Amino acid sequence: MTAPAPEKTAVSHAHGIAFILKKALISALVALVLFSLMIGIRTEAGPTGQLIYWTRFPELASMVAAVFGGSIIVELLRQWWGPVGTIKVVPPQVTSALAVARRGIAPVLLIFTFLVPVIFYDQRYILDLGILVLTYVMLGWGLNVVVGLAGLLDLGYVAFYAVGAYSYGLLAKNFGVSFWFGLPLAGILAAFWGVLLGFPVLRLRGDYLAIVTLAFGEIIRLVIINWQSLTGGPNGLDGIPRPTLFGIPLTPGDDGLAAKLGIEFSTTHRIVFLFYLILALALLTNWVTIRLRRLPIGRAWEALREDEVACRALGINITTTKLTAFATGAMFGGFAGAFFATRQGFISPESFTFQESALVLAIVVLGGMGSQLGVALAALTMIGGFELFRGLEQYRMLVFGLAMVLLMIWRPRGLIGHRAPTVFLRHSQAISSDLVKEGHG
Amino acid sequence: MKSDCILAVDRLSMRFGGIVAVNDLSFAAERRKITALIGPNGAGKTTVFNCITGFYKPSSGTMRLTHDTGREIQLERLNDFRISKQAKVARTFQNIRLFPGMTALENLMVAQHNALMRASGLTFLGLIGAPSWRAAEKRAIELATLWLDRIGLRDRADDAAGNLPYGDQRRLEIARAMCTEPALLCLDEPAAGLNARESASLSELLLSIRAGQGPSILLIEHDMSVVMEISDHVVVMDYGVKIAEGSPQDVRDDPKVIAAYLGADEEEAIALMESGT
Repeated sequence: MTAPAPEKTAVSHAHGIAFILKKALISALVALVLFSLMIGIRTEAGPTGQLIYWTRFPELASMVAAVFGGSIIVELLRQWWGPVGTIKVVPPQVTSALAVARRGIAPVLLIFTFLVPVIFYDQRYILDLGILVLTYVMLGWGLNVVVGLAGLLDLGYVAFYAVGAYSYGLLAKNFGVSFWFGLPLAGILAAFWGVLLGFPVLRLRGDYLAIVTLAFGEIIRLVIINWQSLTGGPNGLDGIPRPTLFGIPLTPGDDGLAAKLGIEFSTTHRIVFLFYLILALALLTNWVTIRLRRLPIGRAWEALREDEVACRALGINITTTKLTAFATGAMFGGFAGAFFATRQGFISPESFTFQESALVLAIVVLGGMGSQLGVALAALTMIGGFELFRGLEQYRMLVFGLAMVLLMIWRPRGLIGHRAPTVFLRHSQAISSDLVKEGHG
Repeated sequence: MKSDCILAVDRLSMRFGGIVAVNDLSFAAERRKITALIGPNGAGKTTVFNCITGFYKPSSGTMRLTHDTGREIQLERLNDFRISKQAKVARTFQNIRLFPGMTALENLMVAQHNALMRASGLTFLGLIGAPSWRAAEKRAIELATLWLDRIGLRDRADDAAGNLPYGDQRRLEIARAMCTEPALLCLDEPAAGLNARESASLSELLLSIRAGQGPSILLIEHDMSVVMEISDHVVVMDYGVKIAEGSPQDVRDDPKVIAAYLGADEEEAIALMESGT
């Protein structure tokens, strides 16, 4: 690493113009075949139901040309970059600057998050988006316990979110339970369901585990839809009480917070309150997870991800270890669900589809499994990204998909792929993602 | 001899469908001694290990473990993690099974899981950072450091286990097993893939474990120089049955043993006869 990498590696692997052109030509040919139907011919149902179609050859030609040009650029970039796996020499100043930036990013993000309601007080849209992002940060951190630490692929995480939301909603509506009492109850109930899911899937691994958890998520949703007498079915639950600041409601009435403080009432107060509430809940999740990682149970989760057989040989009870991981993850999902219910005031089964599970899992995978900061950054990118690309209208998903594909090529193990040790003798050094296992069940 | 054996295996059999991997095997391992289980490939040695350590449930037979306290445990009645947790039998694997993405120190901390779980009040005391938990964690790190010193890996404590050289990984796996504070340590081919110098340092480590108040050792080994140098008692298996038993010298001169090795693998037989002279 001390000696600069000689340039001969790049030279020896470089190919001539003929090679690049040939590759580009093949790409263009494939694009022509694919796009000739997708873009070249446009079909539509006419006013009387007959098929109308017309050709769009200029669009097709420009698309194929873009692929041809793009292919040449990619190939040139690849040759300039050097073959995969070579160590690129980065100047030490840049490395140390990056290390400083990496260490600084978490506190800077945290301070910025605290200041968001102050800076954007007048922008309701930003505040709502912030609440949404923080909800997903919390869900991501919760799922991270199951997927990232214990290595158990859970595709039905939204079930616990739903259990939390409906638990609080039903308790509050039917028994008048306040938010601060309903919140822990929702978490406990979700954890209970986590254990219930954990039992049948103890022996399952990998794909099988994923399928069963996926089914579990759907079962919960279908039960909610069909148990009309309790949950209101597809109509959902409405009129869920709003949270109070230790008993003081945030309403315009005489007993409201604004009247008590002697300031003019504004609906923004409640939004700001909700923002800090979800921030506190998310930080609690983060704090507990970081603590748990340094405790024997957290180490056992990670050891389970690394090698289950070795865990058994060391006297670790696999059953309780897996169940506690499911329960802990589910509990945080339940907290987030209760928050969701009180924030919306209305919940329906539509909010708890598989799409949500997939989104949260994507956040965990994109962030780098097991990394707290990575998950937070991924939630910001995913949820914020959706909004950022809103201007692109129909191409929004396309651009977003492309961004994700590029990210996975560039960082296959997520934004922050390395693992930080939980204990050290002299100095903590990050462990490369190549060594860290992804778990197998 | 019967009075002071830590492990008494009696008429152990293990069948997989129609295949008899271990047939009516009886032997005993003495307390604070090193007992070696040798035999040609496919003799059923690892199957015996898997029965003792609870990975297989034997078809028939008993395995009685007697702790220093006089407590007797029937191993065939325990399963899975309880063998390690309650019976205090630790093992290593033929193909190393460390946690590659965790540091050497973390590997040794995971091994102390059950003791630390108790100290952390099933996580709750640990979560609030109770002083008793902190003290226990400090002691656990001290024990891990002690073992890192003994295997000469203190300098690499914070390196990922998967990044260590092969020989170091072998020794780290033994240290990890030792951190569970076992009564019986089962080593499955600890010298496999080691060079002569690494084998010698392994022998030294095992002898030092025996010299202390440590556990009794049961090992499977192909490297005859290691077996002859360190074992007190050797049990020879072939085709699932015991064909000889005795001190290393007796076994080495036994014609049945030589025949078994000659029949199975000529090189091993020659190595057996030439080693330890």
